[in-house]
Formats: sequence, C-alpha cells, structure tokens
Amino acid sequence: MLQNVRILSVLLAFFPALAWSEWEVNMTRGVTDTSAAIYDLHMIVFYICVVISIVVFGVMFWSMYHHRKSKGAEPHPFHESSTIEILWTIVPLIILIVILVPATKTLIQTYDTAESDIDIQVTGYQWKWRYKYIGQDVDFFSVITTPSDEIYNKAEKNPNYLLEVDRPLVLPINKKIRFLFTSNDVIHAWWVPALALKKDAIPGFINESSTKINEPGIYRGQCAELCGKDHGFMPIVIKAVTESEYVAWVAEQKALKQKEASASQKDWSMEELMAKGEEVYNKNCSACHQPTGVGLPPVFPALKDSPIALGPIQDHMDIVFSGKAGTGMSAYGEQLSAVELAAVVTYERNAWGNNVGDKLLPADVEKLKGGK
Amino acid sequence: MTTQVAETGHDDHAHGPAKGITRWLFTTNHKDIGSMYLIFSLIMLFIGGSMAFVIRAELFQPGLQLVEPNFFNQMITMHGLIMVFGAVMPAFVGLANWMIPLMIGAPDMALPRLNNLSFWILPFAFSMMMVTLFMDGGGPNFGWTFYAPLSTTYAPPSVTFFIFAIHMMGASSIMGAINVVVTIVNMRAPGMGYMKMPMFCWTWLITAFLLIAVMPVLAGVVTMMLMDIHFGTSFFDAGGGGDPVLFQHVFWFFGHPEVYIMILPSFGVVSQVIPTFARKKLFGYHSMVYAIIAIAVLSFVVWAHHMFTVGMPLAGELFFMYTTMLIAVPTGVKIFNWVSTMFKGSMTFETPMLYSIAFVILFTIGGLSGIMLALAPVDFVYHDTYFVVAHFHYVLVPGAIFGIFAAVYYWLPKWSGKMYDEGLAKFHFWVSFVGLNLTFFPMHFVGLAGMPRRIPDYPLQFADFNMIVSVGAFLFGTSQLIFVFILIKTLRSGKAAPQSPWESAEGLEWTIPSPAPYHTFATPPKVD
Repeated sequence: MLQNVRILSVLLAFFPALAWSEWEVNMTRGVTDTSAAIYDLHMIVFYICVVISIVVFGVMFWSMYHHRKSKGAEPHPFHESSTIEILWTIVPLIILIVILVPATKTLIQTYDTAESDIDIQVTGYQWKWRYKYIGQDVDFFSVITTPSDEIYNKAEKNPNYLLEVDRPLVLPINKKIRFLFTSNDVIHAWWVPALALKKDAIPGFINESSTKINEPGIYRGQCAELCGKDHGFMPIVIKAVTESEYVAWVAEQKALKQKEASASQKDWSMEELMAKGEEVYNKNCSACHQPTGVGLPPVFPALKDSPIALGPIQDHMDIVFSGKAGTGMSAYGEQLSAVELAAVVTYERNAWGNNVGDKLLPADVEKLKGGK
Repeated sequence: MTTQVAETGHDDHAHGPAKGITRWLFTTNHKDIGSMYLIFSLIMLFIGGSMAFVIRAELFQPGLQLVEPNFFNQMITMHGLIMVFGAVMPAFVGLANWMIPLMIGAPDMALPRLNNLSFWILPFAFSMMMVTLFMDGGGPNFGWTFYAPLSTTYAPPSVTFFIFAIHMMGASSIMGAINVVVTIVNMRAPGMGYMKMPMFCWTWLITAFLLIAVMPVLAGVVTMMLMDIHFGTSFFDAGGGGDPVLFQHVFWFFGHPEVYIMILPSFGVVSQVIPTFARKKLFGYHSMVYAIIAIAVLSFVVWAHHMFTVGMPLAGELFFMYTTMLIAVPTGVKIFNWVSTMFKGSMTFETPMLYSIAFVILFTIGGLSGIMLALAPVDFVYHDTYFVVAHFHYVLVPGAIFGIFAAVYYWLPKWSGKMYDEGLAKFHFWVSFVGLNLTFFPMHFVGLAGMPRRIPDYPLQFADFNMIVSVGAFLFGTSQLIFVFILIKTLRSGKAAPQSPWESAEGLEWTIPSPAPYHTFATPPKVD
C-alpha cells in the first residue's frame, strides 16, 4: 500500500506541466489575412488527404477481410489493365491541379512585400534576436528571460516558459510591416506561428517578408533553424498594439536611448561597473562562457584565469569589441553600448577570482567607438 | 575468383567457407558479405536507437534533466547519420548481396573483391565517426543535414573526422552500387530479360544508379566544407564571396535522391512479399517499373522543397512545388498497384505480409503528409517543426525499416534453413506497430501546434504529447530486442525450413535448397 502511494506520487510528480498544457492538435488560424489563407489551404489539403486515405484503405481493408484464404477466397488471375492504370494516373493528377490552384494563389500573396508602412531589420545572433526599426533610430536586442532555475527544474515553470523575452518586438496593427532578415553568425529562422511567417536569417544575405496584423495581442514564436547550443532558447515575442500606443512606444525608446548616451559621460565607480557588468555578462556572455566563467572548452574558452582577462586591458577590450574571426565570438562593439562594454570588461577582469583590479570607463570606450 | 577457389581447385563439388575469422575478413562470397552487412546494420540500428532513447528521455518532460543542449545536439546529429548511413543503407546493401544473385540466377556478385572492400570500409568509417563523441569539443552537433556555416566556421574541431568518415561511407556506397549495376546488367540467367526481373532487382538497379549519381555530390559538398575549414576558401561564407545557401542546394541535390535510395529497395521487397501472400501475380508489373524510373528521375528536380524558407524567388518556389507534387503520381500508382494485388487474392497474414501491409498503410500516411509539405505556402508553417519529423519518420521507419523486417522474415528461412517462430514474430510486429504509431503520430500534433524540431527543451503546451511520444519510443525501441531474440532462437533451434516455405512464392531463390548452399547457380538456370 505504502509502495503504491509512493509510485503514485512519483507519477504525479511527472505531471507538473499538466496544468498548463493543452491537447492542441492543429495549426493556429493566426491573426493575419495570410495566416488565415494558409490555414484554409492546410485544412482543404488535409480533408482531401483524409478522403484519399478512406478510399485507398477502404478497398484494402475490404479485400483483407473478404479475400482471405481462411474464408475460402480463390485468387483471381487478373494482373494488368491499361484502362484502370491510366485512370489512376490521370485522377490523382487532376486532384493535384485542384490543390495547386489555391496553393499558387496563397504563395503569390505571401510574396507581396511592396509598399510597406514600417521596415524592420531582424538579425539573428547566437542566441538572441536584434530588431532595428529602419529610419526610426530604434534598435535593440531581445533576449530570453526564463530563469535557469526553471530550465533546470529548481523552480516551478511559469506559463510562458521559454517563450518570454526582456524586450518584445512592438508592432502596430493594421499596418503593413516589412521584415528584412539577416544573421550575424549562423543561419537562424524567425518564426511566429500566429503570423504564419517563417523565414531564414542567413549571414551575408537579406530575406524579406511582410505581414499585417489584424488583432492586438502578444504573439510568441521560436527560432526554427538549428543554430547551435542554445537553439531552443531564443524565443520571439511580438506585442501588437494600436497605432497610437505604437507611436508613444517609439518616442519612449528614443528617450531611453538619449538617457543611455548621457550615462556614458558619468564617472562610474567600481561597484557600479561590477553590478552592471554582471547583468550584461549574464545576458550576453554566460551562454557560452558560462555563469562562472569556466566556459565550455575547447569551443568556448574559459575566462576565469584566462590570459586575456588577466592581461593588458586594451587587448581584452579589443577582443570583446571586434570579436574573433573564425569562432563563435562575435564583435560586441556594435551590439553593446559604451556603458555595457566598459562594465562587462571590468566585470570579467574582477569576477570569479580574476583579480586584476583595474576598470574600464565608459568614456574610454566611447573614444574607441569613435576611433573605429 | 577467390583465393580459396584457387587453392581448392575448380572441382564441381561444393566447398565450404574458410575456417575462423579469415572467412569473414577475406570473404568474397556474396552470402557472407550480405550477412555481415545485415549484422552490421542491426548493430547500428541499436546504437542509433539508443541515441533516440537519450533524445526521448530528455524530451520526456519540459526542462533540462539528463543532458546538456550541446550533447543533445550531438545525439540528434549522430542518430540521424547512423540511422541513414549505418542502419538503413547497409541493410539494403546486405539484402542486395544476398538476394540479387539468387534472384537473377548468378553465382555471385560481379565484383567480389570490391564487395569485400565496400563492406570492410564501413566499420572503420563508423568507428571514426563515433569516436568524435569522446573528442575535445564533442562530436558533430549541427544536425545530420550539417548546414554551413554551423558545420564549418562554428563547428567543433572533430568536424574533420566527420568529413573523412562521410567520404569513406560514400566510397563504400559507390562501390556497392557499381557492383549491383554490373551484376544485374551482366549476370542475369539466360532468358531473364529486364522485364522478367523480380521487382526487388529492378528497384535496386534504379537505387544503384541514384547512388552513383549523388554520392559524389555528397563527397563534393563535404570537401568544400573541408576547404572552408582548413584551406581558407569561402564556398559557404558570404564574407569571402560565398553563399551559405549554396551548401543547402548541393546537399539536398544529394539529399533528396538519398531519401529515395532509402525507400526504393523497400518498394521492391513489398512487391515480392504481397504477391506471395495474396497468391496472385503483382498487379501492373510494367507500370510499377515505369513508376520507379519516374520517381528516380523526378527525385533530381525537387531538392529545393527542403528549402522553401531560404528566400528563393517566387518562380523557384513554384517550380519546386509543382515538381514535388508530381512525384505523388508515380508513388500513387505504386500504392494502387499493391492494393490491387491484394484485391481478389487469397490472402494469409504471415509476419512478412503483416510488415508489408503496415508498410503500405503507414507509408501512405507519410506520403500524404508529404503532399501537405509540398505546398510551399503551408510549408512556411510546417517547415522545421515536428510535423516534418513525423513525416519523415513515417516514411523511413515503416517505409525503410518495416520493409527490411519484411525482407528478413521472408527470406530468413532461405538464408538459415530454419523457420522463425511465427507467434513470436507476430508479437514483434504488433508491439512495433503500436510503439511506432504511439511515437510518431502525436508528433504531427505538436508540430502543427508549433513545436520546432531539434530543441532540447520545449514550452509547456507541448508537454503531454511529448510524454506520450517518449513512452511510445521506449516501447518501440525495446520491442526490437524481441527481434534479436527471434533471430537467435531461429538460428539455434528453429525448425528445418523446406526449399520453398511459402505456399505460392515465385522466383529462382526458391528453386535452391534451404539453407542456400555456399555456392549457388554455378551453372546458370534457364528462365523461360
């Protein structure tokens, strides 16, 4: 009896997710005209497939039941019939053409990227997304915020587990938005099911797609192309809002940016830099170099006790700023602000037992940024 | 001729194999080599399967429990590579080795030494590929499709070993394919015209041509990777004037015919098995042959349907969507023909027949989801989700693997001279059938609901179906131990099999004693 209870409680422990999971078996209809058209096409083809299976399997099961030796069935000698063979070549061909007409129409619809209201450049990075509103001076990274305690089962998982980011992509509804996709390192794929939009982000090339969202709401998606270690951990969150809310949001972003710029002129103390540095490190660096700085050698080297983190500060800054060609280390000079760069370099030199004691000031980084 | 033949002379009496390990190392006998291929592929099936266990165990629940994401990626990569190149392809070559000479009335394969070499490359190639798992930085972690630049600039150092292993596997496949072509073209028994050949030989002839055509393309693409990694070229690096998408075009130009390589011999097997147990000739032999040829030809012009989301121009998408849909026609013809063969037959349901019927049903399901995937606009949603995973497992597991099981149960009495335990074999079938569907059917649902493939952890709404999938996978995987048990039991204590254990089986292989003597058809049989 006691053992049964124990088994039961173990079994129940396997189902903590049950509360949030849904037995969803189909594609979403989405919130754009295109996604609705794609959904309809999907359903048409699905029903055609169901009918074909019923016919084919029907004949098959019927003969399996009636033409059994145990029921005394005698084999009929027929084994060729040109008429019927021509028939079952032509009929499927006609069915295919019937399917291809709406498919072609829908495809042409998805390829219409002309005359957009807003252009957004989406850049894939290992393992985060960058959104740049072209002509708007709004440009930011969107990084997963699911705590590692939840991933490693030390804390209960929240309903948006793995589908939450620090800064969502804010988009206005009823506006034609054109996305320009590219990548900074490997191939990623930007996918939001509610928009029925999936496009590869390819380093060195630009792909385009457009969408027009009909309803406000939060829409979540994930990277769909294997892009390395944390491929499963680079979600996409879209916040679709009304146009007035969107305008207000853009203004807010610009104000934020100015505040950031003035921050780099301030004289930062060691404590402030270390605190900021830890935050920046955990967001940008810890996926590869690990939260404790030990890395995952040989692909992702350790920073703890590394010659670079303990060597001249100028070399350390250079590698963070310009990256290292031929490796996963990308150039953070353009990704991070002067304050963030200064803080993270300072942090790496003084954390986890690295004890160089020097610090980099945002103003110095600003000079370097201007110089390059 | 073999060295053994030279030593023992050219007397008419049958002589057995050499003693001890040298029999297997130096053999040029098609039956020995066939057996080695089959055993090798069975071992690989279990290695690849245990990797699937790791994958499914990690995905049993949301969160990271057992393995780190990087190791998970190594598992999905190795699982794919081992199943494709280690389990399915060698099994088919093993069947070809055993059966093609017996079916066309030839004394052996045309190029016996090449045959020995093409087998013995494999254990070395796979050992090399698998030791990468223990190297610094781990093994290949970029998926079995190894898209650049993840597999070049961003790859672990062991990628060079992976490239060399692929080269060796490719060389082995090309040799095996040349052997099949030469054997079928030159060594058919007098009177056996092409249109009298058993369907298994036809499917393998076409498969062999596909192999010869595309394996060099695979070799080319991995060589370009090697050059990018070590010799400073930029085939796949936009920074040097290359193009990462070029990799995908070249890879899938190999990859799409490759998927037919993994299914056509199974078509051949079920085309042998269904007529036997329906006690009726195969319906539409000629159109079956033309359908295979049509599928093979079309397979060269559909490759970019794997790449609908890379940003091809509209005209490209339309072309590949139309050609892909066209493949449904010859494939449909084959399925209709199998069903018509059963229609008005006199059927019994021994294990090979059960596997063949399951093949027809489940392969059709995989084919229908293939039609859905062929539609470019809807593929924008399906692409790289579990719907794709469900699709290709439905065509590969009940397709290739069930075809192989059907073949093994069908011809095992001929190979070993013993009958397998029918009750146990049917049990193996039903557990596999249930396990397989439990594993792969719910993948359609999570895929449509939005779960990307190749992720070590997933959002909570996919939790329930993933748990079912994992349970199904454990059932399906474990049930293959029954298969091993059946094989051992048959070899140790099976009842003696008659020359032709199946009531109405046709073909030259049933005109020789069971077990097949070490040397058969020393004088060619006459076919009328």
